[in-house]
Amino acid sequence: MFEYDPVLYSRILTGLTLAFHTIFSTLGVGVPLLIALAEWIGIRRNDEHYHLLARRWARGYIITVAVGVVTGTAIALQLSLLWPNFMQVAGQTISLPLFLETFAFFFEAIFLGIYLYTWDRFKNKMIHLLLLIPVALGATMSGFFITTVNGFMNAPLGFNLENGVLTGINPIMAMFNPATPTKMAHVLSSAYLTSACVLAAIAAFMILRGRTHVYHKKALHLSMVVAFVCAISTALIGDLSGKYLAKYQPEKLAAAEWHFETVEEASLILGGILDENNEVKYALEIPYALSILAHGTPDAEVIGLEEFPKEEWPPLIVHYLFDLMVAIGMFLALISFIYVVMKWRKKWNELNKPLLWLIVSSGPLAMLAIEAGWFFTEEGRQPWILRGYMTTAEGATTSSHVDLMLYLFIVLYIILAVSAVVVLRRTFKENPVERELEKRGIE
Amino acid sequence: MNYELLGITVLWTFLYGYLIVASIDFGAGFFNYYTTLTGRGPIVKKVINRYLSPVWEVTNVFLIFFYVGLVGFFPSLAYYYGTALLVPGSIAIILIALRGSYYAFHHYGHKESSWYQFLYGATGLLIPASLSVVLTISEGGYITVNGDNVSLNYGDLFTSFYAWAVVLLAIVSVLYISACFLTFYAHKAKDKGAFDLLRTYALFWSGPTILASFLVFVAMSRHNDDHFSKMIDLSWLFVLSFLFFLGAVYLIWKKKHLGMSFILVMLQFATAFFGYGAAHLPYVLYPYVTIYNSFTNETMAIALVIAFIAGLLLLVPSLYLLLRLFLFDNEYVEGKR
Repeated sequence: MFEYDPVLYSRILTGLTLAFHTIFSTLGVGVPLLIALAEWIGIRRNDEHYHLLARRWARGYIITVAVGVVTGTAIALQLSLLWPNFMQVAGQTISLPLFLETFAFFFEAIFLGIYLYTWDRFKNKMIHLLLLIPVALGATMSGFFITTVNGFMNAPLGFNLENGVLTGINPIMAMFNPATPTKMAHVLSSAYLTSACVLAAIAAFMILRGRTHVYHKKALHLSMVVAFVCAISTALIGDLSGKYLAKYQPEKLAAAEWHFETVEEASLILGGILDENNEVKYALEIPYALSILAHGTPDAEVIGLEEFPKEEWPPLIVHYLFDLMVAIGMFLALISFIYVVMKWRKKWNELNKPLLWLIVSSGPLAMLAIEAGWFFTEEGRQPWILRGYMTTAEGATTSSHVDLMLYLFIVLYIILAVSAVVVLRRTFKENPVERELEKRGIE
Repeated sequence: MNYELLGITVLWTFLYGYLIVASIDFGAGFFNYYTTLTGRGPIVKKVINRYLSPVWEVTNVFLIFFYVGLVGFFPSLAYYYGTALLVPGSIAIILIALRGSYYAFHHYGHKESSWYQFLYGATGLLIPASLSVVLTISEGGYITVNGDNVSLNYGDLFTSFYAWAVVLLAIVSVLYISACFLTFYAHKAKDKGAFDLLRTYALFWSGPTILASFLVFVAMSRHNDDHFSKMIDLSWLFVLSFLFFLGAVYLIWKKKHLGMSFILVMLQFATAFFGYGAAHLPYVLYPYVTIYNSFTNETMAIALVIAFIAGLLLLVPSLYLLLRLFLFDNEYVEGKR
């Protein structure tokens, strides 16, 4: 297929592992929030439906957590196996957040174990709910720390490199690099959004299947409201991320927008294709929008790709990924808005078929947007592994078996994905809500 | 104590923690499958699952902790081991991934499946074998360092007496540690059937464990003279380890003080493990890397130590709570909660 090149295979394998892990880690960060909300509402309103909702969500969640844990272990170890040269250098500056991430994960793992095995053990239900706080906190903190590592790779800070020797290392500065705040906020907010969309999609699907129990409506309502709030915040934070890029990584923004010449009053390009001479065709141009996205004013100057040597350009396909992410984000905001309005206006029926089908589509679409966003941000910093310091090729392993490992891992992820879907389906299919409500004596 | 020594001691302690908790887990997977095959599954299943379910995830973290700490304190090691271990490391990752997820699939999914149980049991013996490769190559003699290139000599590794002795020790001690712990847990659960069965396993595996330990000694004396002679200097630790072993087996034999017997098992492995580790110093990868030439910069070392202490302040009470709820709570252990 290709000539053997450990760099290429290492990139594909890392991309594959991360793409697979991201599905589960996104749910890992987002779902505890929804479980906690359901349990909290259940306690406040003394509504057994919400308690059951929390229980059932938790039951599915643990399956996704298991896959998240094992793929997370895989990527942690692969960092050294596939990128030994990078780790030797970066290990000097990023091991603090990596170390802290493990602590956060440890904390989460302990309390998740306790939470899952103490449903009926405490007389006061609030105590059981409180156990979720360390779970959610641990998930969020580990998301935070690992994102600072990624931020560091995009905006390295907190060290000097002199003749290949690192000096003046400041781990705190490396952690709180300029990329961290927007990246962190965007990652968290979009994880909550995606988890809410996935859970809403399941509930909507159940209603479409003719399940009329009020339980499903409550599940749909809770997750759609969360989705609406998070869609708005994700979009707002996304705008801040654009401003960050304009200031610190202009080449990434320029590649995403196919913005070649440095001009004022820059327009934003939606869709389109690029021909061999880097001419944009069939695109929709929105005047001034890029200047607004980048600097907040319509007449601001936006740096174009031509300011950078060509060998430092990110691949120009990132434009499609960027557009896909933004388009899906807008779509999610729109349908959750429509749902909320229709629910609020009592006369309108928010459970109409077209809207329910749109909600069903929102789950997979949200996950697709997460993948597109991550691929955009990772491809967008090519050719660098440490922007401005080390290229990806310099960081990779020289080992001669990466291709074989890639095929092994492809098989592993296929097995895991298929089994996880089968197990999740069977768990819920063979034990539908209606039967469980009856069995628990709720009705 | 300098930072290098402090760092490696902390990491070694975590590796020891992993050795104990993971052995319990790995062995339990094997016993779970073995007893199911021989029709005695229902006797021990309850005991195994009651202990394992809430803690399996925590077990995994010990390994990650050790690994991240190692890369943090000794970044150059990431380079040497990372390059050399691509294949065995990836295989270990795949086994760990299958094991973790199939435990969850088997356990939290709606129906139990014997295929999942088989995967869970078989990986329990293969993982210790694949992980022990790291300890083996740390003795030197299996990798070639050629300028910028580090490569593992598979021929030397697979034909090495020492390597196979270590693999053997890893597997039998996993079964021994696990059986000893589960014996204690079944006793606490007042589950006589499980206790009797697990006790025979514990006694059965004690013999091979101590034999394999001696075998590793002999193999070591042939493979790495330098390390072996340092181990002889620390021989009092290994003698102590043997005494702890005798004590533990005696108590299990007499069915007395089973909590104490498991503590003796832990001490048996602690003394041997720290003795082995201390004799290995200052090398982390003989003879290329020592704890001194691979150490991270001082700022990061201080930051890591501070993070470590802060983390422990958070972890120790949480772990205590976990143990309190699932290990030291007699009503839970007996299955009343």
